[in-house]
Amino acid sequence: MRRYYRMLATALFLAMIAVISGCSSEQYIVLDPKGPIGQQQKDLIIITTLLCAVIIVPVLILTAVIVMRYRDRPGRKARYTPDWEHSTKLEVTWWTIPIVIIITLAVITAIYTYKLEPSKPLESAKEPITIEVTSLDWKWLFTYPDEDIATVNYIKFPEDTPVRFQLTSDKAMNSFWIPQLGGQLYTMSGMAMTLFLQADEPGIYYGSGANFNGEDFAQMTFDAEAVSDEEYQAWIQEVKGDSPALTLDGYEQLKKPGRSDVQLFSSFPEGLFQYIVTQYVEDGSGGAHAHHGQSGDSGQ
Amino acid sequence: MWDKIKEFSSEFFVTGDPLILGAQVSIALTLVAIIFTLSYFKKWRWLWTEWLTSVDHKKIGIMYIIASILMLFRGGVDALLMRVQLAAPELEFLNAEHYNAIFTTHGVIMILFMAMPLMFGLFNIVVPLQIGARDVAFPFLNSLSFWMFFFGAMLFNVSFVIGGSPDAGWLAYPPLSELSGSPGVGQDFYIWGIQISGIGSLATGINFVVTILKMRAPGMKLMKMPMFSWSVLSSCVTIMLAFPILTVTLFLLFLDRYLGAHFFTLDGGGNPMMYLNLIWMWGHPEVYIVILPAFGIFSEIVATFAKKKLFGYKSMVFALMSISFFSFFTWAHHFFTMGSGANVNAFFAVTTMIIAIPTGVKVFNWLFTMYRGKLSFPTPMLWTVAFIPCFIVGGMTGVMLSVAPADFQFHNSYFLIAHFHQVLIGGVVFGYFAGLYYWWPKMFGFKLHEGLGKWAFWFWNIGFYVCFMPQYALGFMGMTRRFNEYNFDMGWQPLNVVSTVGAFLMGIAFLFQVWQIAHSIKFLKMEKTGDSWNGRTLEWSIPSPAPHYNFARIPVVTSQDDFWEKKQRKLRGEKDAPEVIAAEQAPLEPIHMPKNSGIPFIMSLSWFVAGFGFVWDWKWMIFVGMGGVIACMLARSFTYDTDYYIPVDEVQRTEAAARGAH
Repeated sequence: MRRYYRMLATALFLAMIAVISGCSSEQYIVLDPKGPIGQQQKDLIIITTLLCAVIIVPVLILTAVIVMRYRDRPGRKARYTPDWEHSTKLEVTWWTIPIVIIITLAVITAIYTYKLEPSKPLESAKEPITIEVTSLDWKWLFTYPDEDIATVNYIKFPEDTPVRFQLTSDKAMNSFWIPQLGGQLYTMSGMAMTLFLQADEPGIYYGSGANFNGEDFAQMTFDAEAVSDEEYQAWIQEVKGDSPALTLDGYEQLKKPGRSDVQLFSSFPEGLFQYIVTQYVEDGSGGAHAHHGQSGDSGQ
Repeated sequence: MWDKIKEFSSEFFVTGDPLILGAQVSIALTLVAIIFTLSYFKKWRWLWTEWLTSVDHKKIGIMYIIASILMLFRGGVDALLMRVQLAAPELEFLNAEHYNAIFTTHGVIMILFMAMPLMFGLFNIVVPLQIGARDVAFPFLNSLSFWMFFFGAMLFNVSFVIGGSPDAGWLAYPPLSELSGSPGVGQDFYIWGIQISGIGSLATGINFVVTILKMRAPGMKLMKMPMFSWSVLSSCVTIMLAFPILTVTLFLLFLDRYLGAHFFTLDGGGNPMMYLNLIWMWGHPEVYIVILPAFGIFSEIVATFAKKKLFGYKSMVFALMSISFFSFFTWAHHFFTMGSGANVNAFFAVTTMIIAIPTGVKVFNWLFTMYRGKLSFPTPMLWTVAFIPCFIVGGMTGVMLSVAPADFQFHNSYFLIAHFHQVLIGGVVFGYFAGLYYWWPKMFGFKLHEGLGKWAFWFWNIGFYVCFMPQYALGFMGMTRRFNEYNFDMGWQPLNVVSTVGAFLMGIAFLFQVWQIAHSIKFLKMEKTGDSWNGRTLEWSIPSPAPHYNFARIPVVTSQDDFWEKKQRKLRGEKDAPEVIAAEQAPLEPIHMPKNSGIPFIMSLSWFVAGFGFVWDWKWMIFVGMGGVIACMLARSFTYDTDYYIPVDEVQRTEAAARGAH
């Protein structure tokens, strides 16, 4: 009987190993970053894993040893002390070990929290480009204020250049995530959040909406393509030349719930993003939203 | 007229989906079968007098457990449907709407209608017996708590076939959960189902705090109390402080939806992010509410099956209490990615990590309880030993998630899903199963079949790892939660298939448990002893199942693990302390007990009616329901005949029958 359990367990374990190793390492996109933010986050993930492993692995071994050694079986040599219930020395030890580990981890975390604050500009010789991001039901609208073009479910930007994403939503909240470039940030109505990311090499990176926002939530994936400066400029000219303009009416249409393919627009109404962010602010009232709008702009 | 009825019923009943049609048919058939069986065997009166109106904590506990196992089945089927849908890319097994409804109900049911009632069931059965009391402090309120939970859960579940299930996620973030995002009645079922059962949970919390503080047997100082009772105390204090937040939050959401208020709307000065803060101020303590009693269960079981005193009792108490304290200061770690700034994130990251310290200490204390013990491994102990490594790994991934800047990459991904399932299944579910197997003989007077229990154990455990380990990897592959479908080119399929296989292994494990219970009842072997496991605490000193007054004479307690110490003294031929002997030899006295009452059942049913009225905005129904509630309150206020005495000769007869067997 027991042999069957073991065979079953071993078979399943081997099958799992086979499947996991069958996936190539580049599919683990979080662990294959292509930008400075993603790289630092990966470092941090590795540091915390190791720090935790320092305590976890010995405890797992200790568990196995204790469970094996102190089984009640005939001819057992291990000691049995039924009333031994306290040892100040031991208890101080295992209050201290986790405290020390957690303090170390807390210090590292605090440092990285300030270092990787999403609204903090990236150090770079190049000026950042700005892309305004609006999550809609159920598609992404990207507006390029400096270039005056707009796209849906697709972005292109130059490599090695910081990109300043301004995030908002015009319906339920979502979360803007390009795993290979760095961590996500919520897109929320009535607020503009700032997220700096950068791609170090050209490539097409997977992007998604990471926070559930209704029926066709799963359709909100997009490609984020990093290209050379020249290609980027050429693409802008191409979009400006060949694509239709996004009008206010067009935006209202786009806003309606539904999925969308990639779309490109040669222009968009001026101040569209500001309108989306501030639409809930009532005249004369400095309500919560006005406050958030401002603080978002100032990079909080 | 006919058209009107047709139009109404197409809105009222959920139609068009063969899966739901099948469920509707099977629900109708089950109802008919239950009604028929009860009528055929003339059991209606028995059901009413023995169960529905009972204020006996042991019967209420059993009803909680039955309800929670039914809910485990429903939540489990939801999980399997989701896993089938995710087994292949672009599968069209469930459409987006149906999938969204299923992950929403899976979450709500597993936390609020499975974990909570299973926990309350164990509280009810064990705590009064463990502290030497004859019932809880407020038996009537206890019954009301159960029925409020039950009808709240029913109201929530009814949405599956009537009106449509909620589909805005288990915590229903606005603005998606507002009228603008979810115009259907599903969200109203959500609010009222949780609201009604939440009042029951709050009342239970208060009830057990008072029971533990006021009703312990003489001599049982707080620091001599069994660890499970300590964990119940810490959990219930947390309930008392956290559940009012839930009630208020859902009430504000209700005002938004029903009266057009603007607490969490985008326009009118509301702020949806306020809801996120509020709901997690309840939601984070909530997960500690369910895990703390599991810690208590493990502490009892480890000591019993190591035949050794629990190591570091004071540390354990301190750890429990500090976890429930710190649980109130970690809520924002659920949304590091809201962009609250580095100060806020650093604060909540550190408070979250702090919780790892007392939790880690508890693990060490369990290990050192086993160290130099004499370990045996019946099913309760197996679950406990399986829990330790599972929870250590789950705890470690929790610490990884608490590192705020790294969480920007983990948030809402399958890494997170794997983490919380590991602590909730590996911690809470394993813990409650351990407790269920451990105290089952105390509830019913017989043990569950060990062989089948081991099959169930191995299927659960292997299934668990096969299901959730790949999900950590999927998180690193960028797969986010709540996707109902994915593209083939992401390479997510192989691991998803493995995960689905694991989920079905757990499904098989559940079937083994059902079989185990059926088999154990069919080949019933009643135990002759009340002390099934060579136990250490007071509940094992009385017959199994416990007589309805629990203790014929209230015991006097002199030490921790009082019953164990007493057995040891007997083995060594020593005498008990004089006050203990005096209490045991005192003449029996009539026992003061609460009377059964139908009011809790009727009052909760009225809440159900009122809730259903609010969901559909049928004013007449609201009036009927609320009228019933008020009438019940009045009826209770003017009931003076609420208690009675069990005469001495009846106590003698019961004791002789129970003890005569051995």
